[in-house]
Amino acid sequence: MRHLKSGRKLGRTTAHRRALLRNLVTSLLEHERIKTTDAKAKELRRVADKMITLGKRGDLHARRQALAYIKSKDVVAKLFSELAERFQDRQGGYTRIVKVGFRTGDAARMSIIELLKEETKPKAKKRTRKKAAAKKAKKEEPKAAKEKKPKAKKEVKEEPEEVEVQAEEEEAAKEAEAETPRGDDAEADSGAEEPQDEPEEEKVEEPKE
Amino acid sequence: MAVPKRKHSKSRRNKRRAHQALKTPSLSLCSQCNEPKLPHRACPHCGFYRGREIIETGEK
Repeated sequence: MRHLKSGRKLGRTTAHRRALLRNLVTSLLEHERIKTTDAKAKELRRVADKMITLGKRGDLHARRQALAYIKSKDVVAKLFSELAERFQDRQGGYTRIVKVGFRTGDAARMSIIELLKEETKPKAKKRTRKKAAAKKAKKEEPKAAKEKKPKAKKEVKEEPEEVEVQAEEEEAAKEAEAETPRGDDAEADSGAEEPQDEPEEEKVEEPKE
Repeated sequence: MAVPKRKHSKSRRNKRRAHQALKTPSLSLCSQCNEPKLPHRACPHCGFYRGREIIETGEK
């Protein structure tokens, strides 16, 4: 019976397999796109999805669970900041596997596994696939060109905006802190209101870090 | 000790081998460059798969 027999053993012992998958997922999250065998890519997909889910959870326990598996602290930092934000609207299925032929030497089936980019949102993507199936391939080409250009622009735009917003929040927090002691002396009402605002701002900032 | 009484004939040998023929790989045409390629794989010629996927930049 096949009961409870999920996954591939990849011809390795448990320890060897675990070490391999840890290396693979660390590399995938770092480089966003790696080339490996079909079987390893399909196995890696499971692990990568779990790691990104940890990143989206974003709490301290999740971070420690990720640190216990991923081999690089820098990659964990990236996972909990950049990647968690990128996949916020996507419910699983964060990777794409494309088969790319055979390896010279042992003729193993190779494929490229990559983290999805924000080219299309999940719902829109399904629509384009149905359209693509209905229409001919020639009509897909201009679409592909259109989709890639706005994507590149979006990425450029989003990053500086985020930096500015964070910077503004920090400045606002500093100003609020600076004003509070004056307010306490001069006006009791305004002094009481301002401290209430401060903790809210700090709470918002903490999970981002 | 048991020993074969007769040598197997050419006919018998050839009949055994009748089912060992190689299959031709089923090729499809790349939607991007119209070169033959294996189905469900990125095109080795232009590196495209499913229209928008550019996998490796060899040509085009």
